[in-house]
Amino acid sequence: MTGAPVTIHVVVNGRERVLEIAPHALLLDVVRDLLDLKGAKRSCDTQVCGACTMLVDGLAVSACTYLAIEADGRSVLTVEGLADGDSLHPLQQAFVDIGAVQCGFCTSGMLLTARAMLTENQKPTRDDVLHYLRGSLCRCTGYRKIVEAILAAADGAR
Amino acid sequence: MSARPLRIVGQPAPRVDALEKVTGRARYVTDLTVPGMVHARVLRSPYAHARVRRVDLTRARARPGVVAALAGADLTWCDPYYGPAYRDRPVLAIDVARFEGEPVAAIAAVDEATAEEALELIDVDYEPLAAVLTLEEALAPGAPLVHVGQPAAGHFADLSTLKPQPGTNICHQFQFARGETASALSAADVVVEDAYRFPPVQHVALEPHAVVAAWDETGALTLWASTQNPYSVRVELAKMFDVPLARIRVVVPHLGGGFGSKTYAKLEPLAATLAHAAGRPVRLAASVPEAFQTVRRCAARVAVRVGFRRDGTLLAVECDADYDVGAYADIGPRVVQKGTYTATGPYRVPHVKLASRAVYTNTTPGGAFRGFGVPQLAWALESLFDVAADRLDRDPVDLRRQNFLAHGEEFAPGDTPIDGKLEESLGRAAEAIGWSQRAAADRGRGVAAMLKASVAPSVSEAIVRLHADGSVTVLASAVEMGQGTRTVLAQITAEVLSVPLARVSVVQPDTAVTPYDQTTSSSRSTAMTGRAVQVAAEDVRDQLLAIVAQAWSVDARELTLADGAVVSGGRRLAYSETLALRFGMSGGELIGRGVIAPGRTAAPLGGSTPFWEMAVGAAEVSVDEETGAVRVERYVSVADVGRAINPLLLEGQDEGGVVQGLGHTLLEEMLYADGHLLNGTLLVYRVPRADDTPSEIVCRFVENADGSGPFGAKGAGEGSLIPVSPAVANALARLTGVRLRDLPLSPERVWRALRARSPQT
Repeated sequence: MTGAPVTIHVVVNGRERVLEIAPHALLLDVVRDLLDLKGAKRSCDTQVCGACTMLVDGLAVSACTYLAIEADGRSVLTVEGLADGDSLHPLQQAFVDIGAVQCGFCTSGMLLTARAMLTENQKPTRDDVLHYLRGSLCRCTGYRKIVEAILAAADGAR
Repeated sequence: MSARPLRIVGQPAPRVDALEKVTGRARYVTDLTVPGMVHARVLRSPYAHARVRRVDLTRARARPGVVAALAGADLTWCDPYYGPAYRDRPVLAIDVARFEGEPVAAIAAVDEATAEEALELIDVDYEPLAAVLTLEEALAPGAPLVHVGQPAAGHFADLSTLKPQPGTNICHQFQFARGETASALSAADVVVEDAYRFPPVQHVALEPHAVVAAWDETGALTLWASTQNPYSVRVELAKMFDVPLARIRVVVPHLGGGFGSKTYAKLEPLAATLAHAAGRPVRLAASVPEAFQTVRRCAARVAVRVGFRRDGTLLAVECDADYDVGAYADIGPRVVQKGTYTATGPYRVPHVKLASRAVYTNTTPGGAFRGFGVPQLAWALESLFDVAADRLDRDPVDLRRQNFLAHGEEFAPGDTPIDGKLEESLGRAAEAIGWSQRAAADRGRGVAAMLKASVAPSVSEAIVRLHADGSVTVLASAVEMGQGTRTVLAQITAEVLSVPLARVSVVQPDTAVTPYDQTTSSSRSTAMTGRAVQVAAEDVRDQLLAIVAQAWSVDARELTLADGAVVSGGRRLAYSETLALRFGMSGGELIGRGVIAPGRTAAPLGGSTPFWEMAVGAAEVSVDEETGAVRVERYVSVADVGRAINPLLLEGQDEGGVVQGLGHTLLEEMLYADGHLLNGTLLVYRVPRADDTPSEIVCRFVENADGSGPFGAKGAGEGSLIPVSPAVANALARLTGVRLRDLPLSPERVWRALRARSPQT
């Protein structure tokens, strides 16, 4: 499975990147291996678990099944770009304070999924959050604290 | 020294690793890169049972980019067998493949894609054999045998009494009896009995198993592994490779969940073997489907008879349980033994007859999974308790309360007396669910209780180092897998040494650096590792006091620690000054040591449990009669933890336990047909999502500081999961009159049962 390398221009966490990639390369592998941003995790490989979630032009995508070439000319946000310098994003702070983090493997995906939701819906109800998290699995927390943290961050941002 | 009020223990402190986890900086095995590292992929058996007549690696080895290719026949330079109970498992199939997904050959190549492509160049000549997929098939007369001949015993002294039954698929039997159960049952006023089934389920830790293995130029082996037991992995590898323990180093970064799936050696033997063949570091990272082919919970069928006197007094329990341990024993025999030992639950039972069997089948090996054999039996006993309550016309809460073991009462001769107050847990759970008030017409409520022993005897050691600036390093080998052990160990240390939490660093487990700890499982880390850390910190404290006592010519008993200093009356000497006094310079450190090793006892399993894990669950459910879908609307868990070192983390852990319990209660089951696992991917194996959870989950704790752990703590984390299934089924029965005996309570099962109840609808 080979193909001539292609060049893509992509803005990752606000920084312009010119990357030479295989045409079939997945966004998850490119970000993790080429850019050494390891926050997004590989788990189900099938768009079910959400551990690999990144935002492409603000929309949540499963980077495990998203071709990197599709990101050409677009802007990608990973968990490493969520904080503003040393200042945590309100979602990150709420996850810390409320105890929404356990093993951490789902955390980056949860944060970015929540970030995408808050962009389109600044006043989510609990049911909105539950609906939005249908593509994000957590096996540690039982979800209650994650939902609470997202609602608290939304509340604080209002 | 008088007890002072606690400052840090008991506080809901945010986890010490929270920042690295929310910023994506926390490192897991698959995030690591070792110079020269190559990548492995595994060829797995497509058959549940097959003779492997020939594996031809010629074409695969010739493919550019392939660094090493191995099959079972190549493993002549080491002992290729491993396993904690029996050394029954080859690194790669030797002559026979015993389950679908068993590793048959493996490739290491310059990248994963090349390794994957090379798998297709391996030619294997299989001869399919008759397979046994279920307990019924495996136990039938004349059944095909999964293993022929007696395997060698593994490395656990307490499993030295393994009782395989040669010529059958039974690899271990366990019996426990006291009193005259047969006559007690025949004399009982009410006897309830039934058979229950618990399905095979998978842990679905979001991080599948992963390991990087590297041999160095001196022949020493280092692994970075997603394991809950670095020390068990080390001893397995030392035996396989005949290498001293001191030359094997197992380093454990963050784990992306464990739940038991990462106890004992899993992929480590294969990665180490491949790295040896490759002459380079090898990374072996499983996919989620491969995790389904690595380990699962032991399925079980359980027949129970329970006898009561008319006044509700529990007289006798007879229990026969068969556990399906899959193709290799792993820790299955101990799961069976430990689970069966507490089959009578948290009740006073004078007459007991328990018998269980661990049975090989041609399926994914069954091993440890949160609850360790207890959920399977609690499902049966706690369901029958409600059946009995109906027959006796008694309230299920009252009937349980009447029969609970009391604080200080003997569970079994020689074992630790009961160290908690079950009636308090039950009372609080009943109150929180609103038991005394009538439920809405479309809601039903149910309760269930559990009792579980922790692994015994078990050993934990710890080292605490106080540095010249007053900061502290904790060396311990409890694995951080999400449960929060690093935070808890830091809190214990900060409390004893009176320093801020931020001044304490807990080192990740590394068998070359952090001292021995038996296992991160069995809810034992807070109680056992935590106690070792407490003792080590107290050792440092005593050294500080001795230094200052001598300098000030006072009795050490007049001194205490406060805010990073040794104090007495108005006098104060900071730790940095104390160390400067001790060493005559700004350097040196105080080293404290803690060892917790309770040793063997006369208890039935050879060691006395360090604590009893006890919890009560209460559920409120509704059901859609049209579809059979059960919804748990509210759930309450109350666990008797002695003391919550960190209530925030404990609450999170128990909430997670409840939802994981809802998984096998309502959704999860590994389904096999024609020898194949049908649903070994997350597309079709449904674990609970956020929108599957109850709108209200309440986790509470009974804290009487009556545990043997630090500050009176006991273990926790498994207890919340165990009562879930029977509590939900009991609630469903009270709502609908339908009593189900097989998990999960899937819509189809519930719908059929509802139809059978009222055929006119």
